[in-house]
Amino acid sequence: MNINRLKAALFLLALYPLARLLVLAFSDGLGANPIEFITRSTGTWTLVGLMLTLTVTPLRKITGWHQLLRIRRMLGLFSFFYASLHFITYIWLDQFFDFSAILHDIYKRPFITVGFVAFLLLIPLALTSSNAMIRRLGALRWQKLHKLVYLIAILGVLHYIWLVKKDLTQPLIYATVLTLLLGWRVWNAQKVK
Amino acid sequence: MLIRRPHDIASSEITPEAIYRQRRLFMQAGATLAAAALMPNVSEANVRLSAAANARYSTTEPPTSYKDVTTYNNYYEFGTGKSDPAENAQQFKTRPWTVSIEGEVKHPKVWDIDALTKAFPLEDRIYRLRCVEGWSMVIPWVGFPLASLIKQAEPTGNAKYVEFITLHDPAQMAGQRRGVLDWPYTEGLRLDEAMNPLTLMAVGLYGQTLPNQNGAPIRLVVPWKYGFKSAKAIVRIRFTDKQPRTAWGRAAPSEYGFYSNVNPTVDHPRWSQARERRIGEFFKRDTQMFNGYGEQVAQLYRGMDLREDF
Ligand code: HEM
Repeated sequence: MNINRLKAALFLLALYPLARLLVLAFSDGLGANPIEFITRSTGTWTLVGLMLTLTVTPLRKITGWHQLLRIRRMLGLFSFFYASLHFITYIWLDQFFDFSAILHDIYKRPFITVGFVAFLLLIPLALTSSNAMIRRLGALRWQKLHKLVYLIAILGVLHYIWLVKKDLTQPLIYATVLTLLLGWRVWNAQKVK
Repeated sequence: MLIRRPHDIASSEITPEAIYRQRRLFMQAGATLAAAALMPNVSEANVRLSAAANARYSTTEPPTSYKDVTTYNNYYEFGTGKSDPAENAQQFKTRPWTVSIEGEVKHPKVWDIDALTKAFPLEDRIYRLRCVEGWSMVIPWVGFPLASLIKQAEPTGNAKYVEFITLHDPAQMAGQRRGVLDWPYTEGLRLDEAMNPLTLMAVGLYGQTLPNQNGAPIRLVVPWKYGFKSAKAIVRIRFTDKQPRTAWGRAAPSEYGFYSNVNPTVDHPRWSQARERRIGEFFKRDTQMFNGYGEQVAQLYRGMDLREDF
């Protein structure tokens, strides 16, 4: 398969969650609590994006198809895009810029605290994603910095575990996938040694 | 002792009976149409109930749409997603059904649901409902005061609490095949809370029998407490001398107290209770103490520290 075609197809696919939200929003399809729907949808896609981003390297190593690396940045940036929508939904639609309530939430609710930290950590990664920034930082330092994505994904899953009231099925599915993805890295590093 | 009569609902909230009735008919027509148009799979059992409007205990706030009330539900027996109950409860069988009155009463009795529905005059009551998750609705219920049933059963001197036990039937309730909660779902009230005139046994919604996803055939409605206190699909009502354990209390005692009165000053450990989003509205509104029913119920808790007894 041609990597450019794959990249273009993934780009369109990654716009699907946003397109779907827009279509539903304009057709009265977001249900009884539209703001909750949007928050949850953008949160879910942020996490899915992070998981997909973390799948690239194992897949590349396993298949030997090294060009796959060229879709990783795009997937990472899409994760940041959905994280930003998620955060804006919370700030704007959910809390309506009530900053004292927002600070209180970040301070008092562990699930918001870890979500917020995860989002803050995503920002430097997004800012240093360009080739120019990689060059400026130097490949080694850049790689070190971008290892933060492991922590971000863990915090993202923790955020999900802590926010559900009782039914842990969904967050535990993500936790399992993340364990496999990170576990593979540990295993792979040991094999190389 | 001087017992002050509560003012019930502020007079500005009271709608003249005639207007209320008119509005109710209009709403019912709308609801029926909406039901037919939007929910082709509403159960056949949607029967019109005849009831007298109780304006004294009804709010005049605009009711939440029938569609939202019947498609956005927390009813873990039919799934943990909000839209699961509307999808999964359609085949639920509400007949035959009995409700057993037992424990510390002089006249224990096993009621057939149809006899029970006819035994006490039905009333239309429009109540606010505040969910512990921070959203709220305004719902036109049909039901009878639990106090009527309790007076008929005559609790003994030992009865201090009332426990509500709901149906345990994993064959019909797919959610019960997973241990999300400790089934069956149970709830409880202090006897004086149960006797409060606001406490309703609801058998209908928007003038018709309850849709399955809203707790058919009979459920509790306690409007000054968070929604989960209002147990659905009740099969046993037991009078006890000890405070009953509740389903959510067993699941997370630090998060869901026995009283669970709506209280904007006591936060849930994982979210604030200061404000709420009324379904259908964009801006959040301030949550009222006792969900706005303080006039009727505040005296029940006099001398109690509601931070401790949350
Ligand atoms: C990398 C960062 C983040 C990830 C991966 C993430 C992911 C998620 C996920 C998966 C959900 C649950 C979706 C569902 O229930 O289906 C969610 C819900 C939510 N998130 Fe995030 N989130 C992140 C950051 C944030 C931030 C920064 C905030 C706010 C400051 C936030 C606030 C919320 C809220 C309020 C909910 C909804 C809770 C509810 O409906 O009960 N999240 N998020």
